[in-house]
Amino acid sequence: MKRFIGFIKKEFYHIFRDRRSLFILFGMPIAQIMLFGFAITNEINNIDIAVLDHSKDATTEEIIHKISASKYFSINQFINKESDIESVFKKGKVKAVLNFEKDFSKNLIKNHKANLQIITDATDPNTANTISNYVNAILIQYQKELNKNISIPYQIVPQTRMVYNPELKSVYMFVPGVMTIILMLVSAMMTSISITKEKELGTMEILLVSPIKPIQVIVGKVFPYIFLSVINAVVIVLLSIFIFKMPVQGSLFLLGLESILFIISALALGILISTISATQQTAMMISLMGLMLPVILLSGFIFPISSMPLPLQVISNIIPAKWFIIIIKGIMLKGVGLQYIWKETFILLGMTIFFIALSVKKYKIRLE
Amino acid sequence: MSIIISNISKSYKKVNALKNISFDVKSGELFGLIGPDGAGKTTLFRILTTLLIANEGSAKVADFDVVSEYKSIRKSVGYMPGKFSLYQDLTVEENLEFFATIFGTTIDENYDLIKDIYVQIEPFKNRRAGKLSGGMKQKLALCCALIHKPKVLFLDEPTTGVDPVSRKEFWEMLKRLQQKGITILVSTPYMDEAALCDRIALIQDGEILEIDTPQAIVKHYPKQIYNVKANKMYQLINALNDYKYNHSVYPFGEFVHYTDSRMDFNSKDLEVYLESKNLSSIEIEETKPTIEDTFMELAK
Amino acid sequence: MNNNNVIEVQNLTKMFGDFTAVNAISFEVEKGEIFGFLGANGAGKTTAMKMLIGISNPTSGKANVAGLDVYKQAEDIKKNIGYMSQKFALYDDLTVKENITFFGGIYGLSRKRIKEKSATLIEELGLESVAKKLVGSLPLGWKQKLSFSVSLLHDPKIVFLDEPTGGVDPITRRQFWELIYKAAHQGTTVFVTTHYMDEAEYCDRVSIMVNGKIEALDTPKKLKQQFNVTNMNDVFLKLARG
Repeated sequence: MKRFIGFIKKEFYHIFRDRRSLFILFGMPIAQIMLFGFAITNEINNIDIAVLDHSKDATTEEIIHKISASKYFSINQFINKESDIESVFKKGKVKAVLNFEKDFSKNLIKNHKANLQIITDATDPNTANTISNYVNAILIQYQKELNKNISIPYQIVPQTRMVYNPELKSVYMFVPGVMTIILMLVSAMMTSISITKEKELGTMEILLVSPIKPIQVIVGKVFPYIFLSVINAVVIVLLSIFIFKMPVQGSLFLLGLESILFIISALALGILISTISATQQTAMMISLMGLMLPVILLSGFIFPISSMPLPLQVISNIIPAKWFIIIIKGIMLKGVGLQYIWKETFILLGMTIFFIALSVKKYKIRLE
Repeated sequence: MSIIISNISKSYKKVNALKNISFDVKSGELFGLIGPDGAGKTTLFRILTTLLIANEGSAKVADFDVVSEYKSIRKSVGYMPGKFSLYQDLTVEENLEFFATIFGTTIDENYDLIKDIYVQIEPFKNRRAGKLSGGMKQKLALCCALIHKPKVLFLDEPTTGVDPVSRKEFWEMLKRLQQKGITILVSTPYMDEAALCDRIALIQDGEILEIDTPQAIVKHYPKQIYNVKANKMYQLINALNDYKYNHSVYPFGEFVHYTDSRMDFNSKDLEVYLESKNLSSIEIEETKPTIEDTFMELAK
Repeated sequence: MNNNNVIEVQNLTKMFGDFTAVNAISFEVEKGEIFGFLGANGAGKTTAMKMLIGISNPTSGKANVAGLDVYKQAEDIKKNIGYMSQKFALYDDLTVKENITFFGGIYGLSRKRIKEKSATLIEELGLESVAKKLVGSLPLGWKQKLSFSVSLLHDPKIVFLDEPTGGVDPITRRQFWELIYKAAHQGTTVFVTTHYMDEAEYCDRVSIMVNGKIEALDTPKKLKQQFNVTNMNDVFLKLARG
């Protein structure tokens, strides 16, 4: 045990003395989350919109006036028929179209209820989302003014319709993906590099010719990175909660456990990589090309798996990241518990055990 | 016997790194493995330290078999690989402490063994190993290899790339360690270091050329060697190479080491010949063979 | 400048901040001489040599290499010198011929000249059978001989050798020195930096650097007499230990 602790102490020395790597280690998750987050949540200002007003009465005129008076929107053009909606979007001149129903004012007075459709171009999902929120806010404001002296309130019912990207991928959707990538990268690449570094330096030879057991070396290498990766995971979750106001619906405890499971599977992969590479450079190349690319491309992070060609869909099943993304999306966004994700958890657990067994078996007690 | 090597052969793909090597090292002996780069020294060290398995033959270190009892060997030997394998980002003290803990001991426990060496690097104990000079690294690496009081010490080219002063100090340290009863197997490409060992094995291309004490090895040299000198080195070498009675011609510092193929060699004949080749200030005198001469004669 | 001197150095100094790596060294090297430039690691050898081959600017002092000033004509110096080190010599993944062609090209030799040169070079070194083999597959000794010959491709006035024969077997080392003697005989000046003292014994003259200064400069024979020892190693030990 003393040996093992001594080993871990040494590993932490390595980590904390390599300032540059440490900076990348902790700077990267923050930078990535910020990049993904802010590239998507840009404040809107003077967004061009179009109006399709089927009723052309006093109320619609008032609402249109309110909207164009705000600093967020400027009315770019008025269109006359439904079929024009698509063409204005295609021209890319406007980001949204307001579609007032026929007899808007009449309906409002007679039924106390009128319908307004907000159609947004969701190729830029966050803007689309923001636009509809802002329009809603203006409508609510207007309603409040209308309803001041009335017993039965008038109700303007906005219906939001997104075109081109109905799934609405937003920063919320990116958090699980980014988290997966970072945990994979830190865990797998860093461990494989730190083991191959010992090979390069020749210190591995001395470790081998010593009574320290292979399992102690492996666990000793892995342990500090479990620790660091957990910190990274916490940082990412905190950033998304506090900076991007992303609600984490499910249990944080479960999220933590699942993350640790994924971290361990990535670490085992890192060890596996180190057993087949002789230099730090090879280890890095294999980690980047062999792990990062599949994680980005095949895990469902960017491209939905359901729209992939069948062979790729099959391949995606052997990528641990795919299962992890399903799990954390479930926990973070849908708030599900273990009863809904036990299958994915089980698969991930199986993979982890397999990688660990393989890397312990592959770890050489000699030089060749 | 501390090390017993019997008929060891090892090949990598097409290269025969070691060809049927056998020799013994006695307990408490300072044994030198002398040969150029690529002779197979490192391969033999790795087999003896259980890092590689030989294709054929067997070996025992400290009475343990290198294959079946490798775990016992790993507890009882010290090994210093070719490049000083230290953690560059750890300080002198941290390196030593680390190696002590993985061997299940502490610095204090075996301090008397490394004291002589460690005091020389102690002023720098808070310096990172990567910032040490070659000589300092070498001393630290030796301390690390000794920290668990090994019975047998394997030093693979410990003096390569180290300046003469550090080299000399290093050999003095080895002598002192030997007096403490540690068996030492050391390899070096420097022929002049051979004389400092109790016994040496000359090795080239995976084969042992000769094993004996350094004194005996030079005594076995079959010929009388002459130091030849003249005003022009290049012409002298060419002239000697063209001389039909030559046995061997090797530049050796400011001289050429020359041996003649005749039994009744007369240096006057050679002088006359060299003069006929327009050389002047000719000096020819008898000299004693060195390990290097022997090595070349055997490797010829 | 003495017509026979190819290197003239006067009070050459290099400072790194407060640290004086090379401290006012002065020496001359004659045409066709084999000059040994010795010193322990960190004594300032490499820094001094870098200034002479025009890749590092001196802090003060004067130096002429092949009749060219190291301050103003550093680029011209590079055309007039050859360089070989044990660490970087040839490309292991190119064949013998490809290496020769490549380095010939770097030094601006015409295609015809490269062809002639590589033919003679391969013949002289007896490399005919391996001319089309990768350099990486050759024994170390062959590589070094080849690498030395390559550094002479453009007929430089001076060739700088950085620890050329460390670790080579004794016979190949002799063959290597025969090549050096030959080059010197043909008028090329050979400047050898090394901390292997037995290499020093082969030089016409040697200088020994300790802590940035040249502490001794003479023929090996005279140095040995002066210090009353039998080999250069002991000369060095006496100097370094003060």
